[in-house]
Amino acid sequence: MRRSTSIAAVMTLAAATLLVAEVAWAQGHGFTPQDIESGGLLYQANCTGCHGPEGDGVAGVNLGSGRFRRGTADEEIARIIIGGVPGTAMPPSTFSEAQAMWIVAYLRSLADAAPSGPVAVGDRARGKALFEGKGQCLMCHSVAGVGSRVAPVLTEIGSMRRTVELQRSLLEPSAEIRTDNRFARAVLRDGTTTTGRLMNQDTFTVQLLDMKERLVLLDRANVREFTVLNESPMPSYKDRLTPTELADVVGYLAGLRVRR
Amino acid sequence: MTGRCRGVALYATLALLAGVSSLDAQISFDRIVRAERTPNEWLTYNGDLSAQRHSPLAQITPANVKNLELQWVFQARSLEKFEASPLVVDGILYTVQAPNDVVALDATTGRVFWVYTYAPSPLARLCCGRVNRGLAILDQTLFMATIDGRLIALDAKNGGVLWNVAVSGARAEAGYSFTVAPLVVKDKVIIGTAGGEYGVRGFLAAFDAKTGREAWRFHTVPGPGEPGNQTWSGESWKTGGGSVWVTGSYDPESNLTYWGIGNPGPDWNGDQRLGDNLYSDSVVALDADTGRLKWHFQFTPHDVYDYDSVQVPVLADIDWQGRPRKALLLANRNGFFYVLDRTSGEFLLGTPFAKITWTTGLDANGRPQNMVPLSEAGTQIFPGVQGATNWYSPSFSPRTGLFYVPVWADTYSTFTKRPVEYKEGQRFTGALPGMPIRLLQPSPVVNRRRPEDGHGAIQAIDPKTGTKAWEFTMTDVIDAGILTTASDLVFSGNREGYVFALDARTGALLWRANVGGQASNSPMTFAVGGRQHVAFAAGSSLFVYALRQEGR
Repeated sequence: MRRSTSIAAVMTLAAATLLVAEVAWAQGHGFTPQDIESGGLLYQANCTGCHGPEGDGVAGVNLGSGRFRRGTADEEIARIIIGGVPGTAMPPSTFSEAQAMWIVAYLRSLADAAPSGPVAVGDRARGKALFEGKGQCLMCHSVAGVGSRVAPVLTEIGSMRRTVELQRSLLEPSAEIRTDNRFARAVLRDGTTTTGRLMNQDTFTVQLLDMKERLVLLDRANVREFTVLNESPMPSYKDRLTPTELADVVGYLAGLRVRR
Repeated sequence: MTGRCRGVALYATLALLAGVSSLDAQISFDRIVRAERTPNEWLTYNGDLSAQRHSPLAQITPANVKNLELQWVFQARSLEKFEASPLVVDGILYTVQAPNDVVALDATTGRVFWVYTYAPSPLARLCCGRVNRGLAILDQTLFMATIDGRLIALDAKNGGVLWNVAVSGARAEAGYSFTVAPLVVKDKVIIGTAGGEYGVRGFLAAFDAKTGREAWRFHTVPGPGEPGNQTWSGESWKTGGGSVWVTGSYDPESNLTYWGIGNPGPDWNGDQRLGDNLYSDSVVALDADTGRLKWHFQFTPHDVYDYDSVQVPVLADIDWQGRPRKALLLANRNGFFYVLDRTSGEFLLGTPFAKITWTTGLDANGRPQNMVPLSEAGTQIFPGVQGATNWYSPSFSPRTGLFYVPVWADTYSTFTKRPVEYKEGQRFTGALPGMPIRLLQPSPVVNRRRPEDGHGAIQAIDPKTGTKAWEFTMTDVIDAGILTTASDLVFSGNREGYVFALDARTGALLWRANVGGQASNSPMTFAVGGRQHVAFAAGSSLFVYALRQEGR
């Protein structure tokens, strides 16, 4: 027990270091955390098919290493993202200059946020059982249509997120919450409270996916108090799972890949 | 009576029946000067030469604005942002379908009379979209400047080309482009060049409306031997930027035309252009006949934040410390609202209307003090690179005496100084600053903004004091301009896809409609068939509203 606590502490420390590194990096390159996030979304939607979530899917190419064979400056790498590499499988894209730069921001963040040690990846089958049983993950998440749709769908999460990120989300769910995964709480004028995933918002209305999986539009005129939650509703599994179990769940999630 | 005469007589009778006179079809410059006498029309980019974007029309009122009803929609064959302000003349609405097609529509129904199609050179380089902000008209001729460096005159009746000239030196492959709506002054058409992100040497130029021949040119970056050249170190003036991409204003009394000038190049590294970099980030007052500089006022000397000062210079006669004063009002991208004397350029007032950290404040002459230099590690600065406001028009209402401005409140960027080298046709900017708020898209996007990233607003500012009379706060930022009317309404739109009306005296929301696309131009108004209409562009379409008719 004592050992597992110390491992968890090390892991938490690693997650904290990651965050600090990311912020310091963003300042150094004039990119914001939002640039990195936008770049990550684009990368995951367009690039992981060949390059993989870790950036090492193509033999001899490691996009997560911070070193690029065909350029060093951000602008050079952005140009490759837009123009492709003639004579290779890397095609030209329709990204704007800004979008290409966000992807560069994301790739650079991979290098800066590289884990201090290897991430423990355990048994997928045991991980699945933990995910569906002891972890109660399907209360909020879904995989292949099974489970709740309130929290992010995890069917292809292994194609999108790196193992270090999967591990961090399990240990420190609030350390990084993408803006499209945030929850909000609205107290209406009649005193009732609605909590749900914040789908969209504007000056006059708020759109939520509530905990009963209903898409709800609230008129701000009827809302007395509106709070975007900075804390994830997901519990930390730091003390809920043993390090071995944690590694198994990471293994299961990492194996949830796009099927072609 | 010959057949021909009979035909003419018949035409004259028909014209009378229709309430049309041949005089109406001629948009003389005199008529443009007195635009307030023909409020049914919208004759210039900002409605009149003072650029107040204020209409004497008052049929739509705070009491009945809730009865606005969509009349027609023009869906542009373009996915670009719809930044053009239409013109309306004698019941015909003229606008531009991005990048450079001109469309004439019936202003009552939206049915198209003609489309002039122009395919600009694919070599044209635009920092921020292949857009156009509109047309100018004189007599029966429409003028459009193109993104590939040309100025084109069209017959307003049939869209036929009267002349099409390549503007000298405006080479598209070197980054020169025109996105501005031209301004007609007397017998001349004035335009300026964009390209501040490509190391152009900016200019304003006037062309003979009949022939397209260049009449005068004012270099916004002075060359050797010209006053102001000493504010550029070395050869930096050659690539100094100073673009012009928003239409200026004109005072017939002084014959001065006022234009806001863009950022110096390169944008985010000033080390190779030491000095104040005149006339970047300035407003210039030019003699409209000769282009000679009468005065200038520089808002942001040696700018390294991209605080273009192309914001519309609004001319207004205001009460200033108990006396009437001929003022120029300008809410600047740098976050200060300025009042200048427009006859002399004297600084009268400068007050912040959003959070500012790039300077500790202005001195008695309006010069910013202790400007924050950029660092290689990155420097967070308010307002961000998009500024506290930008190109979209503000409005001044002579009735309320208030200045209305679209605001990006409390937004920031992280600026990083990086080396940059000039290569013709390539971006000449330095490192693109990071910003938590995204640039405008034509289609709606999910709002992922965090409250700490700042917000959008419309502010009403009292020019006498620089104080805020009211603020209408929005969740997301705003990229649309403002129209005010003589019935004390404020019309605008926002990034969230709404168009709306506010009470000009209180800021209270009176009407809104969701048109589903991001508003990226400034509303305008006109009347046809005795009914006032308001036109808003959002997404890549134009939406035209009027009051619901009884019995329909």
